[in-house]
Amino acid sequence: MGEIYVGRTEEFGERDRKIIAQGNMEIGVFCIEGEFFAYENNCVHQGGPACQGKIINKVEEVIHETEKTAHGLKFSETDVHIVCPWHGYEYNVRDGRHPGNKNIRLRPFKVDVKDGEVYVHI
Amino acid sequence: MDSGIEPVKENPVKEITTYTDSRDVLAKARQQADERNFDDVFIADIDAHHTETESWREIITYIDDPVVREQAKEMVFHRSGTPPYGLNGDLALRYQDVGGRIPHQAARSETINEAEIKEAGHRDLVLAKRAYEAMGIDIQVVFPTPMLFLGMHPQFDMEAILGKAYNRWQVENILKKDRKLKTMMFLPFNDPESALETIEEFGDSPGCVGFMVTSVRYKAVHHNHYMKVYRALEERGLPIGFHAGYYWQDPFMMQINRFGSMHALSFVWCNVVHMTNWIMNGLSERFPSLPVVWIESGLAWVPWLMQRLDHTYLMRSSEAPLLKKLPSEYMKEMFYTCQPMETDHPKALELTFEMINAKEQLLYASDWPHYDFDAPSVIWDLPFLDEQSKRNILGQNAKRIFNFER
Ligand code: FES
Repeated sequence: MGEIYVGRTEEFGERDRKIIAQGNMEIGVFCIEGEFFAYENNCVHQGGPACQGKIINKVEEVIHETEKTAHGLKFSETDVHIVCPWHGYEYNVRDGRHPGNKNIRLRPFKVDVKDGEVYVHI
Repeated sequence: MDSGIEPVKENPVKEITTYTDSRDVLAKARQQADERNFDDVFIADIDAHHTETESWREIITYIDDPVVREQAKEMVFHRSGTPPYGLNGDLALRYQDVGGRIPHQAARSETINEAEIKEAGHRDLVLAKRAYEAMGIDIQVVFPTPMLFLGMHPQFDMEAILGKAYNRWQVENILKKDRKLKTMMFLPFNDPESALETIEEFGDSPGCVGFMVTSVRYKAVHHNHYMKVYRALEERGLPIGFHAGYYWQDPFMMQINRFGSMHALSFVWCNVVHMTNWIMNGLSERFPSLPVVWIESGLAWVPWLMQRLDHTYLMRSSEAPLLKKLPSEYMKEMFYTCQPMETDHPKALELTFEMINAKEQLLYASDWPHYDFDAPSVIWDLPFLDEQSKRNILGQNAKRIFNFER
């Protein structure tokens, strides 16, 4: 158990990330709307580099509330996904979970921001 | 003083894109290979791909027919914004990379310097080597990509014209230059005469370990005019492979709106039809020494079809009089590539392995660089296999049916 220094907050732009490594363990640290999240860079599917994938908002389907008719797709205004580049598993960047199976989850790490410095607890 | 704590490093590859080096895309596969000591395991990948359209300017120069060759050159060298001459790629090709989410499927635009190309002999060879070394693969069977649709080309002879040109290009530029790369040669199956000529022309070529039929086509594999093709392969000891694909314009598939739905069905459906015809017409009895390999349909379809055909056959054996045993018993003697392996229901997968006699009949395949590729660890990490079975599936089974010395 310990703390890894990741960098200063100002080194992160919006939707920016760092991939840090200690030995064989790699961790992706994400900055989304000023909040920081960290996950092991190890996809549940086949161990691919999930944290090095595209950051893109969740896709939603527009369904009429009463008629249940479909009216195309749109990007979510709130949910941001990180997509594993190997085969496309998507994970919510805020909780690390797959949208269709909550048990498929990237291993999360606690992130602390102290005096403008970002730390990950491992 | 050494604190014993490993230093923290930053990986410069923040995001993997189409410009990322294959070795960085596959860094985790390399790590998996090291952790599992794959250097000590013979791994034969029976289905990988290159994007032949990136070399289309070269390939068309190998076209025999002078008029077609001239047309192709005119179009490829002088007309802008047009797709590669002669190909009839399915519209679904536009969706494979899930809107840019899976970059290695979209393109591999990584930097390769001139010295590397010169040393390897071709850009394709640099790309292939970067990937197979990362995954710990010793032998890799390479197939084209958009050419997998050629069986549906409206111009009857285009499949043979382009198929032969591609085979020639591949022998000269790929197979002779990297002896770890092999192929099952492209067989223009729509025209049995051309198929036979192709076997005669390429059967002894370096790196040719068999012949491949692209499964997307409306041609009955039991038609009498194919018997000479199967006999020629059987006599030469060369396996035949049916490489699956999709076809969104198939009347049934046209009801489907999402690429993934269509891909899930169509990639299996073509081989379901060919397998059914193969079995019920007794082709396994007629060509008992011809190894048949079913490529890229995954595995879940096999137990399903075994059950369907056994059930039917037992009630209607008069319709399949050549059979001396159950359809599933013939199917158990055939060969299957594993990818894309349906791993999400472990009990079903274990039963599938038992039903297809996987420890002797299953062949590892990566399908790299396509969106549903499987690294060798998918086989190695299966909890219900002993080590010998893993080694068989990863390479030893393939060694039994393919002559990799060729
Ligand atoms: S390894 Fe991440 S999607 Fe397959």
